[in-house]
Amino acid sequence: MSTRSALALAIAFAGAATLAAQSPRFGVGRPPTPDEVRGLGAAIAPDGGGLPEGSGTVAEGRTLYAARCASCHGPNGEGGGVGAALVGGKGTLATARPLKTVGSFWPHATTVWDYVNRAMPFNQPGLLKPEEVYAVVAYILNLNGIIAEDVVMNASTLPTVKMPNRDGFVADPRPDVGLTNPRKPKP
Amino acid sequence: MVDRPISLTMAEIQRLPSITRTLVLECGGNSAGEWAARTGPDVQRSYGLVSCSEWTGVPLATLLAEVGVQRTASWVIAEGADACRMERSVPLSKALENSLLAYGQNGEMIRPSQGYPLRLINPGWEGNTNVKWLHSLKLTNQPYMARDETSKYSDLMPDGKARIFTYQMEAKSVITFPSGGQTLPGIGLYELSGLAWSGKGKIERVEITIDGGRSWVAAQLQEPRLPIALTRFRMPWRFDGREAVIASRAIDETGYVQPSREDLVAARGGNSIYHFNGTKFWRVQADGTVTNVDA
Repeated sequence: MSTRSALALAIAFAGAATLAAQSPRFGVGRPPTPDEVRGLGAAIAPDGGGLPEGSGTVAEGRTLYAARCASCHGPNGEGGGVGAALVGGKGTLATARPLKTVGSFWPHATTVWDYVNRAMPFNQPGLLKPEEVYAVVAYILNLNGIIAEDVVMNASTLPTVKMPNRDGFVADPRPDVGLTNPRKPKP
Repeated sequence: MVDRPISLTMAEIQRLPSITRTLVLECGGNSAGEWAARTGPDVQRSYGLVSCSEWTGVPLATLLAEVGVQRTASWVIAEGADACRMERSVPLSKALENSLLAYGQNGEMIRPSQGYPLRLINPGWEGNTNVKWLHSLKLTNQPYMARDETSKYSDLMPDGKARIFTYQMEAKSVITFPSGGQTLPGIGLYELSGLAWSGKGKIERVEITIDGGRSWVAAQLQEPRLPIALTRFRMPWRFDGREAVIASRAIDETGYVQPSREDLVAARGGNSIYHFNGTKFWRVQADGTVTNVDA
């Protein structure tokens, strides 16, 4: 079997009220170390939970984007052969050719931070430092006309960004088809 | 949001009480191309993103009891150890119902491409939620609105709104013989056969048409029929040298009937991408060649 470091399963999070005074049934595992929890990366909640310290500007993001992102996503976020379009598509979601971008579709700016941080750049995911992620997210939001040139992105400002399609998602109503009884099969 | 956060080795996980389940696993985007037209030329390229395996592992509920889930928790954020650390939000109710921390597949350790050494298995849910190379589970009071549950794996409706957290895979079937790309060598008796499955339980019935959907007859089902598992169906059929347009439709134990493509498009438009489970028609031509119906 493999080692703990590769396979650590950390069920972590601090909270308040307990459901019941349960005791472990098998007593397996041990408390994760702070390094282990850090090593698992930061999942970012829509309310900004998990966002690290640091900040980034649109101008910083513009430079970074040109160096790290434009080769796939196009010079202005219009998309390319490899990377999806990040900009545009406003007003297309209800048409026969919807263009789903950060600006037209993504409901939370925190998701952009989370995804850039964990998955970009495509050839070296995890490369960017927190302030670089803030900067490139600021630039992408600015390209979409969502934030102004002088707005700084950090753990306080990012969760307050109102995305254009924030209210564009609805709960799953299925089964919406498939409920009619089919003709009885012949015996 | 747990009383006792824990770090576990694989050896520790494998000493916990385990179960084995046979389960279908289908990509949420299987048959995505059929939203536009039923032009998938063969089974693999139209309905092929599905598999069925015997999974062995520890019920997630066992570990949740172990850590002591607090009252405020309602979601589990699962993260993989791939380069992009793919993450999905899973409702706590599902995790407690039947999610599995699987380390075995078909009697051996899960292979690297399938998520070695540990994979989250969510029975009956779209494949993407079955996070491979699982290395972290985090209890939260909200979904994290990850890229793969907002930008991807949400279903865009004609009004421009997108359905979110559409985890459930519904009943589906496809005739595998005769099917696109195959050729019947001549007139005579054949055994028409295919696969049916549902993310919601057992397959109750499968019906087959050989006249383009005008009439349907019940097929024989291979036993045992397991819930959320591929079920083979069969029917003897005499090909008389005249063109036949054939299809199957599955009915699961909840009474859900696999819909037609027309029903799906009428309800959801053509921009959904995911969760296409419409009936698949094949055209058996007079010379025995088999093709898709929407050329």
